[in-house]
Parts: sequence; structure tokens; C-alpha cells
Amino acid sequence: MIVYILKRLAVAIPTLLVLIIVSYMLMHFAPGNPFSSERAVSPEIMKNLDAKYGLNLPLWEQIVHYLWQVVAHFDFGPSFVYKDRTVNDIIAQGFPVTLTYGFLSFIAAVAVGVGLGITSAIRRNSWLDYCAVGLSIGAQVLPNFVMAPILVLIFTLGLHWLPGGGWSFHDPRFWILPVIALSTSYMASITRITRSSMLDVLGSNHIRTARAKGLPNRKVILRHALKPALVPVVSYLGPAFVSMITGSVIVDVYFSTGGIGKSFVDSALNRDYAVMMGVTILLGTLTILFNLVVDILYAWIDPKIRY
Amino acid sequence: MKTLTALSALALAAAAAAPALAQSDHVPAGTKLAKDQTYTYWLQDDIKTLDPDLNQSVEGNEMLLQLFEGLYDQDNEGNLVPALAVSYDLSADKKVYTFHLRKEAKWSNGDPVTAQDFVYGWQRVANPKTASEYAYYIQLMNLENADDVVNGKKPVTDLGVKALDDHTLQVTLSKPTAFFREMLTNATTFPVPEKVVKKYGDDWTKPEHMVTDGAYTLKTWDIGAKIVMVKSDTYWDAKNTTLTQVTAIPIQDTDQALRRYMAGELDRVQIPAGQYPRLKKEYPNQATSHPYSCTYAYRFNVGPNGPKALKDVRVRKALSYGINRDIIVNKILKGGQKPAYTWTHWDTAGFKAPDIPYAKWSEAERMKKAKALLKEAGYGPDHPLKLSITYNTSSDHKKIAIAVQQFWKAIGVQATLSNYEWKVYLDKLNKEHDFDVARVGWCADYNEPSTYLDVNVSWSDQNSGQWDNAEYDKVMKDSTTAKDPQADYTKASKILADDMPLAPIYAYAKADMINPHIKGIFTKNVMNYWYAKDMYRTAK
Repeated sequence: MIVYILKRLAVAIPTLLVLIIVSYMLMHFAPGNPFSSERAVSPEIMKNLDAKYGLNLPLWEQIVHYLWQVVAHFDFGPSFVYKDRTVNDIIAQGFPVTLTYGFLSFIAAVAVGVGLGITSAIRRNSWLDYCAVGLSIGAQVLPNFVMAPILVLIFTLGLHWLPGGGWSFHDPRFWILPVIALSTSYMASITRITRSSMLDVLGSNHIRTARAKGLPNRKVILRHALKPALVPVVSYLGPAFVSMITGSVIVDVYFSTGGIGKSFVDSALNRDYAVMMGVTILLGTLTILFNLVVDILYAWIDPKIRY
Repeated sequence: MKTLTALSALALAAAAAAPALAQSDHVPAGTKLAKDQTYTYWLQDDIKTLDPDLNQSVEGNEMLLQLFEGLYDQDNEGNLVPALAVSYDLSADKKVYTFHLRKEAKWSNGDPVTAQDFVYGWQRVANPKTASEYAYYIQLMNLENADDVVNGKKPVTDLGVKALDDHTLQVTLSKPTAFFREMLTNATTFPVPEKVVKKYGDDWTKPEHMVTDGAYTLKTWDIGAKIVMVKSDTYWDAKNTTLTQVTAIPIQDTDQALRRYMAGELDRVQIPAGQYPRLKKEYPNQATSHPYSCTYAYRFNVGPNGPKALKDVRVRKALSYGINRDIIVNKILKGGQKPAYTWTHWDTAGFKAPDIPYAKWSEAERMKKAKALLKEAGYGPDHPLKLSITYNTSSDHKKIAIAVQQFWKAIGVQATLSNYEWKVYLDKLNKEHDFDVARVGWCADYNEPSTYLDVNVSWSDQNSGQWDNAEYDKVMKDSTTAKDPQADYTKASKILADDMPLAPIYAYAKADMINPHIKGIFTKNVMNYWYAKDMYRTAK
């Protein structure tokens, strides 16, 4: 198992390297410039700017220099657009926020999704099953940019229960709407995956055997059906977890949370090369890491994979 | 018991009526102030920097007006109000200004604000090492040696700004500049604390380091979430500052911002396009609209990359005549904007618009003339003029482009729409000059017509259509030394109408919802300047 993990980690490093180099080049070949604005900048001033941010060097030199900064100093450099901030500052400010609401959304999505999925599989074709399936289809087709304003209309303008935006680490009222907006569609997917996989498992031979042995239903479900039923759910959860904790631009934009999702999208629109690279590397690392975690979990859940 | 209740009620009422804070000069006697003296306003987009020497955005400037103080402020009508400059002397050749600074002014760390802080700030903007996009503002001010310093040909110490002593600032210009003092209300010209900037480098604007000389200091700055400023006790006029906290919240979606305003979370938001009439009807004391010094236009590419047809002035005129500005303003925007026939915003200080005949023509007359001009230029049903309209992705630009496409169809012009992502659009316009007709917008840097007219001189970086008119260049050059530059501005505007390098479409207005309890807020200033230090919140 240890060897397996080490092998996977060894592959991760060149993967990241390729990610960095390819994104750096893509970014530079994209049209546009971080310093252009409605007010055209004179060629002399543009030259000063290029010199300050090292854009006057040949591309390969820029990449080598960048890699050295990142690897040796863990320094992603200054933002090209947020003049008084470094990329490290921007990530340090935004990532904890995103991590908080992303993690809460993950917990909510898994708890409700798995619970609802199992219940509706067990009570197949009952009103509860129909409700769960209906709800999850509804939640899946309702994109969060539609849901966010609806939530604000109901909970902020209508009921005056929750603030319509903003963020505080100390006040959970600020967390609720972002978490609902972010988790709902994941919740729906998890419900559907759990339900169908549970139904598959419940029809399989080993469950029939367990029932034939006269085991009580609760034990059959918890001890024999749950683990194999979760395999497809876990493979969904890895990428879902990464995409939740790295945030959502919709949530950040609608609720002014100050999370990293908006920084990522803005950096692409602003051609803020440094922030774009920093966030890409962060996302890439997390994706690789959690894919590894998922693979380890697989091995734990399903002995067939281990052997 | 009854008396007691009445008495306590009286006492309560008295307590409530007593002003919670010492009344400032800005607050009329007898005003009942709210206990909570905070003000929260909306930002479309994040502030990119709070360094006065690096800022280039209107929103950043707005915030810097609260944090810093320069030589002059503006009042609601746009007139200059002495801030740190209590008086000034001007040399006979009108090139040397000597400003006498307010002696009691202090930085928020207690240091006095000195003339050297201005010198350092101005040199820092111009310094090529700072690489400020707004170095061009120093060039615009015509400071002596500004061009050479920005281009790295001369050291920053050669810039025409000197501290004669701690409280006397001497500025030398390369040529007399009529609007020089007007330019000093922009944050680019504000002093910066040399010691602090040198100590912390780029980090000096972080809340824990930042030192400012204005009525407010920076408390929190979370990108994408909020910026909080609190009252500065070291500000020289702190006793007249009533609002204790000013917060800005960036919300990209204007509809969401409006919802949060309705929920009471914001005191001021922009009204989304097209909703002003409805909101004015429903909330007459909250919906406001006032002229805002920016102009929206369609620029014609007359340069080497532009289509041959647009090099013909008759075609450019026909296209401009063909645009029905009233429909754009009254049916699409609906926020108090005005049809524009001049590039300079009509409400710019001192601006006298020339006589522009087509501004007064009826719609039918304009159409007739447009068709005739096109025919004269050789275009007609069997040889239609084909053009593309370039704009950056935005639903408002799109609506206008579609409308213009229809107007032009009526005079026999086939226009296609080319919509580009923002940064690509900027490259097409300013770098590659690769377009036929493009949407452009321009906002005044200072309240004077030259801020608009300078854009069209042949050497301007903003002249994306590469229009080159020797007469216009000469008039604009003359205007800088003229006794009455306004006459030159009128002449220049007339040339624009006659040669039509661009078709002005509308003059901006700023339509906002403002909490009626917020008083002292400027609602007329065309530059949209406002100062929280003059504002206060009344009790409900």
C-alpha cells in the first residue's frame, strides 16, 4: 500500500510541472494584456510595466524564473492587477473563506445526499422515493446562479432571516445561503448515484444470501450493502470535494464572500497572469491530492481493488 | 404612576432627541442624528489598488478621496475648495505655482503632512520604476520635464515640483495650463507618506501598515468582500467629521446589489439599466439621477487598417446622422442620460457647445440628409455600405449596437455586430486598430473640456481611430496658452462635428438609489466626487 502511494506521488510531480508550464504558455499566447484598459497606456509606460513584472524577458526565461520562485521560495509573485497584493496574500485571504463554505457544503451534500439516496432505495416506489427523486432532479436542473437570487429574495428580502451577502468567520448566519447555493446540485447528484447504486447492490447475490440467512434488514443494509454501494459515490466525491473547496464564482459574486472562486475567474478576465497561475497550481495540487485520497479509499472499501 | 410614565416617556424622548455626537459644521442645527453613523455603498468591481500613485480607476479615486487629502477638494457644483492648500501664488508667466500648505495637517501616525510628501508622491508616480499606468496624468499636468522623467531620460529629481520648506510647495510647468488647479483634486496628486512607503514597499497599503492624511483610515480590505474605513482622529478637521465608518461592498450583479439595498444592507447602489423610471415612481425620495461626466460614442476607424468607406467624411456624417439618439436614451437606457452631439459632456465646467445643425434637425431631416450623403458617396441599394460594429461583451453595449444596426439599416447600411471579450476588444482598438466602427467611452479626468478634446489629437494614445486633423491639433495646442481656452474648445468641438471622427451618442447620467437618511451626499457633482467627511446620517 505504501509503495502504491509513493508511486502515485512520484507521478504527481511531473504532472504538476506539465500543468504549470502548459498553463503559463497558454496564458501568454492568449490575446490581451494585464495592463490594458479603456484608457490606452502609452508605449513608454507599457515598457516600464513590462520591465517591472519581468514580461520583457523571453518566455522560457520567465518560466524558469517562475518555477524557481515557486519551488524554492513558495512565492507566487505579485499580482499584476491588484497592485498592492501578492498572489500569496490573495490566496491567504480568499482560500480560508472558500474552504469553510466549501467544506460545510461538502458535509451537507454528503449527509443529505447519501441519507436520501439510501432511504429512497430501500423504500423504492414509495412516496418518499418519489419525493427524493423529484427533488434531486429539480435541484440538479436549477443552476446556482438562478438559485442564489431566489434564496436572497426569500430569506433576505422576504423573511429577513439572513444577510443577503458578506462573510464572517464568527457569524454562521453568513454561511447558510452560500452553503445552500453551493451544495444543492451536488446533493442531488449524490442522492441519485447512491440510490441507483444501492438498488444494484440490493439486487445482488450476496444480499440475497444475507437475507436468506435471516439477518435483520438493518444489518443487511449497514453491514453488507452500504460499503459496496458507496464505491461509485466515492469516485464522485473526490473531484466534487475539490471543486467545492476551491469555491464557486457564482457564490462569491452573489454573496460577496471574498472567496477564491471569483479571484480565479477575474484573474482570467483581467489577464492577471500571476494570480491565474497561483490559483491554477493550488487547484491542480488539490485535484491530484484528492484523486489519490479517493484511490486509497477505494482500496479500503473494495478489497477487489486492493488485491 | 401615570405621571411617572409620562415623565419617563418625556425623559426618553429628550434622550433620543439629544444629539448623540457633537454636531459638526456640516450638520444644520436641530438635525436629529442617528446613533449609528455608518455609511455603506456599493462597488461594481473590486478596488485594484489603494495606492494613490498607482490607482487608475474612478472607483479607486472615490475611495482615495476619503482616505487622503490633497491640495484641493471639490464642492457639489464642482468648484474648488481649499483642502491642504490654504493659498497659492502664480508667477507672471503663469508657469510657477507656489502653494502654501495647511500647517495643522497630520498623517494618521501623527507626523505632519509636509510639502516633501507631495514631492515624493509626484516623483513616485512619474518614476519609471514605479511603472504607474497613471504616469500619464503627470504628463497631462504639464509638469516641467514630465515626459523625459516618465520615459527614463531624466532623473525624477528633475520633475518640476519642489518643497521650498515644510509648508511651501513649488510647482513648475512646462507651459501655462489653465486647468492645472482643477487637476489637483484627483488622487494621483495626493501626498504619500515617504517613510511608510519606503519601510513597507508594496505592502504599505495593507490595513496594518497604511498611513493616510484624510478624514478616514483603512481598517479592513478583503478583496471581493469589503473595504472598511474608519474615522481618523488625527485628521485636522476631525471635529467636523460625523460619519464614523464608511464601508464599500463589491457586488458585480447590479440586480443583486439592488436587492441588498432593499434589504437595508447598502445605503447607495446604482440603478440597473432601464429600471430608473419604475424606481423613481415607487421610491421618489430614493431614486436619483444626475449628469455624470462621461460620453458614449461610436468611433470610426479612419486609419490604415480601417475600411476605405470611412475615410470619406460624407459617410461618417451619414452614419452619425442615422443614429436615433433619442430612442437610445429614452427607450433603452432610461436613466436620465441625454443625447450627445458633442464629444465633451454637456455639463462640463465652462463648456460652450458650438452650433451643431444636425442636433436640431428632426428625425426625418436627419434620415433624408444621411441617405443623400451616402448616395453622393456612391452607396445605394445596389452597392450597399457594409460595416462591422465592434464592442466588448455587455448586455447594454449589445442593446445599443442592435439599435444602431437597425437605424443604419433604414439608411441602407448593412452592419454586422462583432462582440469581443474585454481584453481582446482593447487590443483590437488600441493596439491593432483593427475595427470599422467601435464603441468607446470616455470619462473626464478633471472637470474641463480639454479632458475630452485631448483624446482626439493625432498623437494621443486614445485616438484609436487614428484620425489626423492638422487644424484640430493646432487649435488644441493653442488652447493651452490661450487667454480664453473655452473659445478654442468650442472651435475644436465644431471641427469634430464637421469632420466626424466619431459619432457621440449619449452623455452619461448617474442613476442611483440613495438612502434618504444619508445627508450631505453630493448629487450634482459631474465628476461624481463625494466626501464622507461632509456627510451624516439622520435618525429614523
